Amino acid sequence: MSEPKRKTRLRKGAGGRAAHDVGGLLDFGPIDRAEHDPALWEKRVDAMLILLVGPKKGAFKIDAMRRVIEDYGQQEYDATTYYQKWVRAIRNLLIEQEVITRDELDKKFAIVATEFEGRGRSVPSKVIP
Amino acid sequence: MSGEPVHSAPRFKPGDAVRIDDRAAHGHCRTPWYLRGKTGVVTEVQGAFRDPERLAYHRSGLPPQVLYKVRFAQPDIWKTYSGPSTDQLEADIYEPWLQSTT
Amino acid sequence: MASHDHDHPHDHDHDDHDHHHDPHAPQKDHDSGPADPHEVLEQALRELLIEKGVLTAGEINAQVDFMDTRSPALGANVVARAWTDARFKQRLLADTRVALAEMDIDIGSLADFRTVENTPETHNVVVCTLCSCYPKLLLGIPPAWYKSTAYRGRVVVDPRGVLDEFGVKVPDGVDVRVHDSTADLRYIVLPMRPPGTDGWSEKKLASIVTRDTMIGTAIPKVTEKTAARAARGKSAS
Repeated sequence: MSEPKRKTRLRKGAGGRAAHDVGGLLDFGPIDRAEHDPALWEKRVDAMLILLVGPKKGAFKIDAMRRVIEDYGQQEYDATTYYQKWVRAIRNLLIEQEVITRDELDKKFAIVATEFEGRGRSVPSKVIP
Repeated sequence: MSGEPVHSAPRFKPGDAVRIDDRAAHGHCRTPWYLRGKTGVVTEVQGAFRDPERLAYHRSGLPPQVLYKVRFAQPDIWKTYSGPSTDQLEADIYEPWLQSTT
Repeated sequence: MASHDHDHPHDHDHDDHDHHHDPHAPQKDHDSGPADPHEVLEQALRELLIEKGVLTAGEINAQVDFMDTRSPALGANVVARAWTDARFKQRLLADTRVALAEMDIDIGSLADFRTVENTPETHNVVVCTLCSCYPKLLLGIPPAWYKSTAYRGRVVVDPRGVLDEFGVKVPDGVDVRVHDSTADLRYIVLPMRPPGTDGWSEKKLASIVTRDTMIGTAIPKVTEKTAARAARGKSAS
């Protein structure tokens, strides 16, 4: 098993800090205190992660999950929600750890997207970085 | 104390002044940028834990690293801190990031 | 409710025929409007993991149900116990995992917990500047603001300003201590029991302990309403 490349994607104009390492920055505007209940799909992402990193499955460590989220860099970090980050990172790690292949996922994604559309829910983008 | 068995004796003890290394991160790490180069005091030895900087790359994270709770006076972190000078911040920092101040 | 045709054909194990009683029936299926592609990705990954035998639908549903049992109400019971039982409080501060286990709360193996106590000298507030570490196995999924870069960025450098925005005015003479959860330890604030609560039952005390009081961005308050409710409960019991 070759080790994934070590890299630190920096936040622009914020010294040598990585994109996710935001302590002390005041650039993000007011704190939005609106409450949102997580959607069912978000709860399932949460559940899949807990199971995958748990001792029984051990697909990868939570530390690897954080690393993959950090590897996206500032633009994606700032543009995505919490569970969007998580589901992307789970995908990347399942591929990295050869639990699934890109090809399998592409095929499955197309099937599920067609199902959504069949239920009247369009899928505006089929490419997720 | 919790986590993994401690392999080597902790280098620092509660009350010791420590400086956080200001080296650049090389990949995943859990030492925030805003604390690098800052000086605080160890308040607790939290135990030994597998190294997140190795776990993040699918390695075992062994040997475990000793983790410390370090307390900083807020004005020692931020030159322009606006609150009382007795305000504090605590963070959990792994031993390889700590340097003796003496 | 949905006819059989509307049931999600991939939501269950193949040996699970009890479609209509699935508590996780896809409530969002009938939403109109475009889907977040990440929702599609979630389903695609879930189905692949189930097909490959890595996870079962039952395991995923059970985990969702389990997380639904973790909520600030659970943490509030712990705080109320600590307020009424000095020995429990000592155990909670000394070894949070063991004290929670006494209340049948298992915090799992992913992280350890620490409890930090507010006192007349110190007000504690918790953040995770690097990601969003949170005592989820006690308090449930964290609020969106806790995960926001706005909160994470600012609370370490301007804690009093942030607390003020949340309605907590910490007087000079009381130190503010920020805890940045940088490692595998999760922090819970044990707030101070407010005056005017003498003789309250644990249950009534728990009713004034909100999620934010255990993060440190609120302090428990006795309002006229909670006091009246407590007085009624007291005379009735």
